[in-house]
Amino acid sequence: MATNEENSNTKKLQVRRFKPEENPEKHYLNEEKGIWAWMTTVDHKKIGLLYLGSITFFFFVGGVLALLLRTELLTPAQSFIDADTYNQVFTLHGAIMIFFFLIPSVPAVLGNFVLPLQLGAKDVAFPRLNLASYYIYVIGALFTLFAIFTGGVDTGWTFYTPYSATTGGNVMAMTFGVFILGFSSILTGLNFIVTIHKMRAPGITWNKLPLNLWGLYATSLIQILATPVLAITLLLLTMERLLQIGIFDPALGGDPVLYQHFFWFYSHPAVYIMIVPGFGIISEVISTFSRKVIFGYWAIALSSLAIAFIGFLVWGHHMFTAGQSSLANMVFSFLTFLVGIPTGIKIFNWLATMYRGSIDMKTPMLYAQVFLFLFTIGGFTGIMLGALSVDIHLHDTYYVVAHFHYVMMGGMVMAFLAGLHYWWPKMFGKMYSEFWAKISCAILFVGFNMTFLPQFVMGAQGMPRRYFNYIDQFQSFHQFSTIGAYVMGVAFVIMAIYLVHSLLKGKRASSNPWGSRALEWQISSPPSLHNFHHVPVIVNGPYDYHKPMSEFQLGIAASHNGHHAEEAVNVSQSEKEQA
Amino acid sequence: MSQPSATEERLEHLKHYFIDSDQQFEASKMGMWVFLVTEILFFGGLFLAYIVYRAWYPELYLLASEELHTFWGAVNTVVLIGSSLTVAMAIRSAQLNQIKGLIINLWITIGLACVFMVIKYFEYAEKFGKGILPGGYYTYDGIEHEQANIFFSIYYMMTGLHGIHVLVGIGLMLWLVYKAKKKVFHSGYYTPVEITGLYWHLVDIIWIFLFPLLYLID
Repeated sequence: MATNEENSNTKKLQVRRFKPEENPEKHYLNEEKGIWAWMTTVDHKKIGLLYLGSITFFFFVGGVLALLLRTELLTPAQSFIDADTYNQVFTLHGAIMIFFFLIPSVPAVLGNFVLPLQLGAKDVAFPRLNLASYYIYVIGALFTLFAIFTGGVDTGWTFYTPYSATTGGNVMAMTFGVFILGFSSILTGLNFIVTIHKMRAPGITWNKLPLNLWGLYATSLIQILATPVLAITLLLLTMERLLQIGIFDPALGGDPVLYQHFFWFYSHPAVYIMIVPGFGIISEVISTFSRKVIFGYWAIALSSLAIAFIGFLVWGHHMFTAGQSSLANMVFSFLTFLVGIPTGIKIFNWLATMYRGSIDMKTPMLYAQVFLFLFTIGGFTGIMLGALSVDIHLHDTYYVVAHFHYVMMGGMVMAFLAGLHYWWPKMFGKMYSEFWAKISCAILFVGFNMTFLPQFVMGAQGMPRRYFNYIDQFQSFHQFSTIGAYVMGVAFVIMAIYLVHSLLKGKRASSNPWGSRALEWQISSPPSLHNFHHVPVIVNGPYDYHKPMSEFQLGIAASHNGHHAEEAVNVSQSEKEQA
Repeated sequence: MSQPSATEERLEHLKHYFIDSDQQFEASKMGMWVFLVTEILFFGGLFLAYIVYRAWYPELYLLASEELHTFWGAVNTVVLIGSSLTVAMAIRSAQLNQIKGLIINLWITIGLACVFMVIKYFEYAEKFGKGILPGGYYTYDGIEHEQANIFFSIYYMMTGLHGIHVLVGIGLMLWLVYKAKKKVFHSGYYTPVEITGLYWHLVDIIWIFLFPLLYLID
C-alpha cells in the first residue's frame, strides 16, 4: 500500500536508491577533533559514546565492589573487611549498578546512538537537552563519589526509613546525587518520546517502527512517569534528614511504610526501565540473525506498553511483610502475576521468530540465547516471589538476590551485551574477534550460573540477604558462588581485551555486516556526522527479509543535509500523506 | 500544522535537524507538555503525602489551616490567575507580530509573579516569627495537636517547591524579554514564548489546587 503511495509521488519526490558508502573517509568520529569538541558535542552518537564510557567505568567499580563482597563471604565470619565496611560496599554495589549503570545503560547509550538512526532523523529532537542530561548524570555521579568519601552510606540501595533518616555517614549527598541523576533519566525519556513522535522519516508509520523503538518508547514513558516520584521521595528524605520534617520517620510522627510506597512506586517501574529496552534489542537481534520477519510484530510492540502499564500497579509486592493490609497484599500479588503475561508473549514470539529461520549464531545472537535462558529463569522465580505465601518464606533471603540478578544481569546485562556487540561495527566501524567474543560469552554464562544458582538454594534454605556473617551450613554455597563471580570477572576481562583490540586493530566493518534490513544499517559504518545525506524513505517493514535490500535504501536527494527549502517542503507533504 | 509555503526560506531559528518550522514548533511544544506531565507527578507525591496525613489527622488540618491567612492566599490566587491571562496575551501579541505588546505583557507577568513572591515572603516571615518553622525547628505552641509540625512540613514543602517554580518562571520570562528586545521573536517564530506560557499555566494551576487544600479547609 505504501508502495502505491510512493509511486504516485515518485515524480515529485524523486525517490531513488542510496547505497551506503563503504569505509568512509569522513565520519562522526573524525569530523570534529579534540577533547573540547567531544565535551560540547550535541551529536547523539557521540553523547551515546560519552555515556558508554561513563557506564563502563561505573560497571567496573560496581563489579569490583561485588567481587569484594563475594570474597568476604568466602568464610562464615569476618575474612578481611569489617561489618560496617561490608554494609557500605553492598549499598554502593547496588546503588552504582542500578542508578549509574543499569538505568542509563540501554536508553542512554544504545538508545542515544541508534534511535535517530532507526528513525531516519539527523538527531534527537532536543540535542542540547541531550548533552545537558549527560552532564546532569555526571554531576549526580560526583555527588555520589562525594558521599562515598565523606562517610559512606550503609542503608542499602533502597534508603529505607527510619534507618536512612538517622544513620551516620553521608546519606544526604548520596540521595541528592540520585535525585539529580533522576533528571538526567527524565530528560532522556522526554527527548526520546518527542523524537519518536515528531521526527520519523517519511514512510515510518507506527506499524513500521522498529521494535527496538517500541521498547525505548515504553521505557521513556516509564521514565517520565515514575522518575519524578522518586525525585520527590528523595527530596522528602533529604528534608527529613536536614529539617526533621517528620513525613517518614515514626519517631517524629511519620510513616516509614509511606516511604516504601513512594520508593517502590518508582523503583518497581524502574526495573522495567532497565529491562524493557533490553526486550527491544533482543527483538532486533533475533530477527536479524534468523533472517526472518519478526513473528507477532504488534504482540511484541504492545506487550512492551503493557509491561510499562502493569509495572505501575505492582509496587506493593515489595512490601508483603511490611505491614500492608492483607487485601492490598492479595491485590498486589494478583497484579504481579499479570506481568508474566506480556513477558510470556514476548518470549514465545521470539521463539516463533527463530522457528524455521536460517539462524546465524553470531555473538549478538549467542547473547540473545543466553538472555532467553537466564531471563526465563529470572521471570519464573519472580512469579514465585509474587505468590503471597511463598514470599513470606522467601522475603529478604538470597532467593530474592538471585532472582533479581537473573532478571537484571542475566536479562538486562545480556541484552545490553547483545546490543553492544550488534551495533559495535556501526559505532566504531570495526569488527571484534568473533572467536574470543563467543568464548567470553560462554565463560560468562557458566560463571553467572555458578554465582547465582546456589543463591536460589541457600535463599530457599533461609540465608538472609545483606548479612555479613552466616552459619556454617551455607559455606559451600557461598564459596561456589564466589568462584562463579571470579569466573565472570575473567569473562569481562577477556571482553575488555578483545573490544579494545577491536578499536585499535580490528578489521574494518562493512556498512551492513549482519545483512540487516533495519535503517541504521543502510548508512556507512561509522555514520557521517549528520547520519543521512538524503532523506530516507521507508516502504517496507523493518524486518521484511523476504524483500530485496535495494528496497530498504530508498531516499530523496537533499543537498546540504536537508537545509535546502525545496526538498524540505516536499518531504513534509509526503509525511502527511503517509501518516 | 499550517500549510508550508513553497517560498519559505531556510530560517535563522530553524535547527538543521528539523525539516521545517512547524516540525520544530510541534516538537518543542510536545516536549514541554511531556515535561509538564513529569511536573504533575513530582507534585503528585506531595499531594499524596497531604492526603495520607489528612486522613490520619483530619482535625490537625482544620486547626492548623486557621493559622494561614485566607485573605492573602486569595489575593495571591487572583494575582497568579491574572498573570496567566497576561502571559496568554503575550503569546497572542507574538502571534500578531506585536513585539512591543509582547514585551509589555511579559513585564506585567513578571511584575505579578513578583507580587506573589512578596506576599509569600510576608506570610513566611510572619510564621517564622511565631516559631512555625519546618520540621524539627517547630516551636509554636498555639495549636493543640502533637503532630502540628507535620502539617507545616507539608505546607512548607508544597508552597516552597511551588515558590521555586515561580522563581524559575520569572527567570525564564526575563530571558524572553531580553530575547524579544533583540528582535528574535516574530509571528513565524515564538516557540519559547509559547512553551514558557505553558509552563506558567502549570505553575498557576498547581497554586489553584494548593490554595483550597491548604487555606480553605478550616
